Order: sequence, then C-alpha cells, then structure tokens
Amino acid sequence: MSTPLESMPSKGIPAFRIARSAPMHRYVLIVFLAVVAVLASVPFWAQTGTIRTLVTFFTLLALAQMWNLLGGYAGLISVGQQAYVGLGAYGVWLIADILGLHPFIAVPLAGVLAAVVALPVGPLLFRLKGGYFAIGTWVVAEVVRLIVANIQATGGGSGKTILSAARLPIDTRIQGTYFLGLGVAVGSILLVYFLLRSRVGLALTAIRDNDLAAQSSGVNVFRSKLLVYVIAAFGCGAMGAVVALNLLRIQPTAAFSINWTAYALFIVVIGGFGTIEGPIIGSVIYFALLQNLSQYGTSYLLLLGVIAVIMAAKAPRGIWGFVAKRWNIHLFPVRRRLVLEAPPPGDDGGPADASDPPLAEPA
Amino acid sequence: MDWVNVAVQGVLLGGLFALFATGLALVFGVMRLVNLAHGDLGILAAFVALFLLDSFSLGVFWASLASIAIMFCVGYVLQRGLLNYTIGTDDTRPILVTFGLSIIIQNALIMQFSADSQGLDAGAIENASVRITDQLAVGWYPLIVFGVAVAVIAALQLFLNRTTLGRAFRATSDDQEAAELMGINNRHIYSLAMAIALAIVALAGILLAVRTTFDPSQGPFRLIFAFEAVIMGGMGSIWGTLIGGIILGVSQTLGAQAFGAGWGIFVGHVVFLAVLAFKPSGFFAKTVTA
Amino acid sequence: MSILEVKDVDVFYGDFQALFSVSFSVEEGQTFAFIGANGGGKSTLLKTLAGLLRPTSGEVLFQGEAINNVPAHTRVGMGIALVPEGRRVFPSLTVHENLLIGAYGGRKGEWNVESVLELFPLLRPLIKRQASSLSGGEQQALAIGRALMSNPHLILLDEVSLGLAPVVIKRIYEAMGHLVQKGTTILVVEQDVQHVLTVADYVACFLEGRISLEGQPGDLSSEQITAAYFGM
Repeated sequence: MSTPLESMPSKGIPAFRIARSAPMHRYVLIVFLAVVAVLASVPFWAQTGTIRTLVTFFTLLALAQMWNLLGGYAGLISVGQQAYVGLGAYGVWLIADILGLHPFIAVPLAGVLAAVVALPVGPLLFRLKGGYFAIGTWVVAEVVRLIVANIQATGGGSGKTILSAARLPIDTRIQGTYFLGLGVAVGSILLVYFLLRSRVGLALTAIRDNDLAAQSSGVNVFRSKLLVYVIAAFGCGAMGAVVALNLLRIQPTAAFSINWTAYALFIVVIGGFGTIEGPIIGSVIYFALLQNLSQYGTSYLLLLGVIAVIMAAKAPRGIWGFVAKRWNIHLFPVRRRLVLEAPPPGDDGGPADASDPPLAEPA
Repeated sequence: MDWVNVAVQGVLLGGLFALFATGLALVFGVMRLVNLAHGDLGILAAFVALFLLDSFSLGVFWASLASIAIMFCVGYVLQRGLLNYTIGTDDTRPILVTFGLSIIIQNALIMQFSADSQGLDAGAIENASVRITDQLAVGWYPLIVFGVAVAVIAALQLFLNRTTLGRAFRATSDDQEAAELMGINNRHIYSLAMAIALAIVALAGILLAVRTTFDPSQGPFRLIFAFEAVIMGGMGSIWGTLIGGIILGVSQTLGAQAFGAGWGIFVGHVVFLAVLAFKPSGFFAKTVTA
Repeated sequence: MSILEVKDVDVFYGDFQALFSVSFSVEEGQTFAFIGANGGGKSTLLKTLAGLLRPTSGEVLFQGEAINNVPAHTRVGMGIALVPEGRRVFPSLTVHENLLIGAYGGRKGEWNVESVLELFPLLRPLIKRQASSLSGGEQQALAIGRALMSNPHLILLDEVSLGLAPVVIKRIYEAMGHLVQKGTTILVVEQDVQHVLTVADYVACFLEGRISLEGQPGDLSSEQITAAYFGM
C-alpha cells in the first residue's frame, strides 16, 4: 500500500516510494478484526454485569484516544475534555428526552453537539499556549459545569435521569448501549488512524515537532489544530453519551468531573503518548488496576498519581513507547517511511523493500 | 451604595487572588513552567498549618510561619528533585507531572484529613470591620490581606530589580544558556524561584483558610483564579497580577450581587474569557508571547 | 604548561558528530584564531570549552586540570569566559545590569564597570538603556564587556564581527588589541579571515569537524588558507 509518490531514477537519485505498511500489518489487521468480532459477540453470551463493565472500558478507551489525539499528536494538552464528556451526557438527555429522538440516535448527535460547542471555543483557547492553554481548557469545563449545575431546566445540582432510555426494554437497552460503546471505541481508533494517514496527519506531526517551522513550510497550523480540537470534542461527546446511557443518570459533578482528565492522563502516560497502540494498552492496564484496586478507595488514586508522575518524568513515551523503540514495532501503519526502489548508482546491494529497516523516519 | 460596598469587597478579594497568582507568575517568568499543582500546594500549606496547630498547640501565627518555612523548603526540593528534570523544549512533560502531583496532593490530604471542610481560627480579627464613610464599611481582615498582597508584590519587585540574586533571576528568565555563562547555576535558581513561589502561595493559602473554610478539593479552584488573574493582568508583570486579581475579584462580587451567590464565580469566568477574546495579552503585558 | 590543552575531543549534537578527534594547545597570552566555513565546528568547539556542551571522548585541560565534566557556570569562576555567537545580551536588563551580571560568578581583577566603559566609550551614554534597544554593534561591545567583567584568564570570542558594519568591526578589533596588550589569552572564531589574521599569533582552520590547517599566519600563504577553508 504505497502512495503514488514515486521518482524516476535520474542522475544519482535513486528511485523511491513513500511506504506506510509492511507485510506484518496484514496480520495485525486480521487480529484486530478477530478481536472486534469476539467483542461483538459478547452480549449474546455474557452476564449483564460484564457487559456493562465492558462498556465502561470502551468509553475509557475512546476518551484516551481522543485525549492522546489532542496531546500526543497535536501537542495540545487539555485538562478540560470533561467539558465535552459532560456535554455529550447532557446532550443525550436533551436530544432523546426533550427533542424526542431515539436515545441510540442521540449518541452520535450528542457528539456533534459537543463538536459544535468546540468550534468557537478552540480559537479562543488557542490564544494561550502550553500550560496556560491547559488551565484555559479547565476554565471552559468549569463554565459549562456551572451553567448546567445552576439552571433548573437541566436539573440543577441533582441532575436528570435519561427517561427515554430507561423506558426501553432492558435487553434492547443493554445490548444497544454495548454496541454503541463498542462502536465508540473502535470508531475512535479508526478515526485517529485515518486522520493520521491523511494530509492532516502529516501536518500534525510537523506541528508537534516544531510549530513555527511547520507554519513556514506552509502548514495551516491553526486549521489543523482546530480540526483536531473539534474532532476530539466529538469523540469525547459521543463517549460521554454512551456513559449516560450506561448509567441512566447524569449529574453535573460526575459528568464534568476532572477525574475524566485524570483517567485519560493516567492511561496515556502509562500506555504510551503519541501512539495509537499506547492508549489501547494503557486502557487495558488501567482497567485491570481499577477492577483490582478500587476497593482501596482513595489510596488507589494516589498510587496511580505516583505512577503517572514517575512515568511522565522518567519515561514519557510510556510502555508502548518503550516497546516500539526497542523492537521497532508499529502495529498501526501510520508512519511514513522512505523506501528505496533501486540501489543508488555505484551500490551493489539489491533493491530495498518495505520489510527492511527504514532508511529515513519522517514520522 | 450597596454596589460600592460590593465593589470594594471585590477589590480587596482581588488582593488574595493576586497573592495566589504571584507565585504562579514568578515560576512561569523564570522557567516557563506552569505548575498545575500550584493551588493544591497553597491548600497543602493550610493543612500543614492546621496540623501544626493541632499537634503542637502552636498559635495560628507561629503555625502559619512554620508552614510557610516548610513550604519554602518543599518548593526547593520539589524543583531540584523532580521538576528540573521535566523542563526542556517539550511543553507537555511539566503539565503531566504537575497535574499528577495535583492528584497526589489532593488524595493524600483526603486520606490524612478526610474530605471535610476545615477552618483556621484567627479570632476576632476575622469579623471586625472599620467604617470608612456613612455608606461604606470594610472588614479589617480583607483590608489586611490586601495590604499583605501589596507588600509581598512590592517586596518581590524590589528583590527582582535591586538585588544581585534578583538580577540573576531576570537574566535566567531572559536567556538561560547565557545566564549559565555568567556563572549562574540554573538548577539552583529555578529551585529558589519555586521555593519563593511556594512560600508566597503558602501565605495565600493560610490567609484564605483563616477567611473561609477549606478542604482538599479547593486547590484547582485556587489555581484557576490565580491563572485568570495572571492572564488578565498580563504576562511578565508582577504588578499586573494585582490588577488582574482586582478585576477578577470585582467581577465575582458584582456578579454575585447581581445574579445571586452561585453566579459570582461564573461571572468572573465570563469576564476572563472576554478579556482573553478581546485583549489576549492582558492589560500590562511586558512579554508578548507566552 | 599551556593554559589550554584539547586532546582528541569528539562532540555530538544528538546523533550528529560535530567534532572529530580535535587536538590543539594554547599558550598563555596567545591570540588563537579559528577560521572556517559555516558548520565547520568552530562554534561547537567554543561551546564545549565554555561547558555548554560535553565531549563524548577526549580531554579538555585548563591550566593542567581536566574540566570535561565541570559545568558551565563553574568555569566562569575558573577564568573561562565566552562571548557567545549572536551576542545574547540580556534584553530586559539595562546595559549597566548586563555588565553587573557579568561579574556574578567571576573573579576579582582589574575589569569593572568603569574600566569596561573606558574600553568601550560608546556604551557610556547608553548605560541606563535597556539592552534590547541597542544596535548590533553596541550589543557586541556590551557582550564583550560583560564577559570581561568576570576577569577571565581565557576569553572566547564567537563570531564577534558577524553582521556588523566595517567601522564597528574596526573598533571591536581595536579593543581586542587592548586585551592582547594586557596579556589576556584570546580564542577567537571568525568568518572574516582578513581581520582576524592581523591579530592572531596562531590560526587553525576548521573543515567539517576537523582541523584542516594550522600554523602561524606569517607562515601560511593565502592559497593554502583558501584551500583549507573550502576543502579543495
């Protein structure tokens, strides 16, 4: 799978192409499809408790992917994505209970609602950089929370129940929520994957490395950042909507809690910053820890905080970053590699192919 | 008449915000670090004072002084031992690490002290007021806090402008590599800056704790208000944080008066966002880029 | 004993090797010039001597003592001062404050604000001005003066004439002449070969991280220098 970018061998310039995939990736795809198929079968044989737990896992995975898209790829560390998680949750209530649409349809629409809010917010926040941008995102989350928590129409501090979902037959609700959760998780992975393979993805890696240099190379930094910010809002909104369906109750303190950022941060820092594989691994690890340690209450959050701080300080690329670097494995073919088609004149080696170690690593 | 009273209260409240903001601005100015645990460290100082008060039967004054001294040392060690390793060309690491720190501090405080609200009792001074005009009465305590804020900011500015060490701070802030060539040890300067910043935020946290109740979850709010004061006042200006604090304070009190108690903070946020939209470099910016 | 000895030093910028086994020694009071095209490694060498970069192998000996791992801020106190490429005066400090900060980690000696102003009288009327408002030539004078404030034994000058008008360059080199008279050891990196050869006792030409030619200016012909400069 190579792009049409090729060169004719001319004076001393070897023929090349830009390759993204290696033969290994075919196997990765098969494994991925198999896993998704297995997960899709779950509602037909597993217990309700397990199903609902998996939905929680899916939402955390989606959240981590979106947070990583912003932070690891666009260099925008946000500690305010809970604004969009909460908007997604309240969006379901608004669209399903108030506007009367089917609660399942409300999930993607809630994502759109969050994205629409993100559109004017992004440019405002982009006036801030780095750590101040981060706190700015928090302010926005606070503003949204205060509005929702203080007006009677949205239930104020005590929140709302998603009545239209509660009224669905229980099996339909459980299974439907599950598939929406699976959809949001797989969708978030695919969304990030295809985004990174596109021109925007190339722009993002340039921006992440050097904002100013990217701009002088013609990259529209502002538009790329805004696109990513809006997409991340959509993803967080959709995931928040699924959470709302899973819990049936929404309430401002929980919906807009900073803990959403904390979870995403833990997952991404531990699993791997700036890769697609990282948040997947991080989610699995975090979730496993959650199941085993939540009985200890506050001290488990403390432990996670300590782990996150140590890893962020010492191993910022996370577990996957270590694995990827050590064994040069990249499961998702998003990186672009320069591959020589024919030996440069004067060389007597054979033609290089996609499975050889890459000659140049622009990604 | 009521409005004037409220506005004056807002101005005085701004003093407290400015005190929280000063440390944040100092650290950012010297080493471009935004400490997301800044508010939590101020609250931590209040708990330390509380602990000293309860465990050693120290008066509020001595417990507070001890807490400030402790936080000064904590700041030095924190910077030298951890945060110095996160500073570099990568913006993201300090944010991740200080956010993690924020979570650690909050949860450690909950484990040690529970999530309940606490207070630091300073006696009669808290409620006494002074009458300025027929219509205007001002609490002694808010007046004192405002005075302290102005004094601290003035002292800091004097330190930066008139002392050799202060000059070293400014040089490091301008160009840290060139500063090394002057014989300035960056790691030490950064640690001193953080130590001073935490001593100031400790003072702020304690003054807050005397004025109102506090609990482990208050840190992030203090951070947000400090941040809003810094941005509105303008980057690079210590006195600017006082102006920013005053704008925020007045917005909050007038907002609460106009729309009800629950909306005061909201109005403050809205004013901040408006300033960000229309005057993003703040009112007194010395540096144009963050 | 030479004041400075560099033995087989390699320096890397990340994966990129900038200096390959560089060796030379400098005598006390000498004016040693490094010339060469851009990217040759001259600035890298000065930064290594100042302590901003560390050699991955080889030794740097200052007054007989190995200083490979001595941090930059300590070297000032030992008597090594660098006037960095691009001047890098502190923009928010005044001229006076820039000079004062030059003395921060330095040693006692004859250089102080007054003697620096005598060397560079152009700075006197600017003493209270913010350094950011100075012209290129004024900033260069300030940067040199600032380095002198630490009373260095060995002063390293990195491309001090870059971007300056000829009349300003002339004044800078006059000042350098004063330093030579006082017996200061000077290492000067320059692209302006003509000027620097008039003050140097010894010259070394850098090409792609290696010394391609060295000797006393009087012994080297201009053809030799050109060839070494461009690697022909």
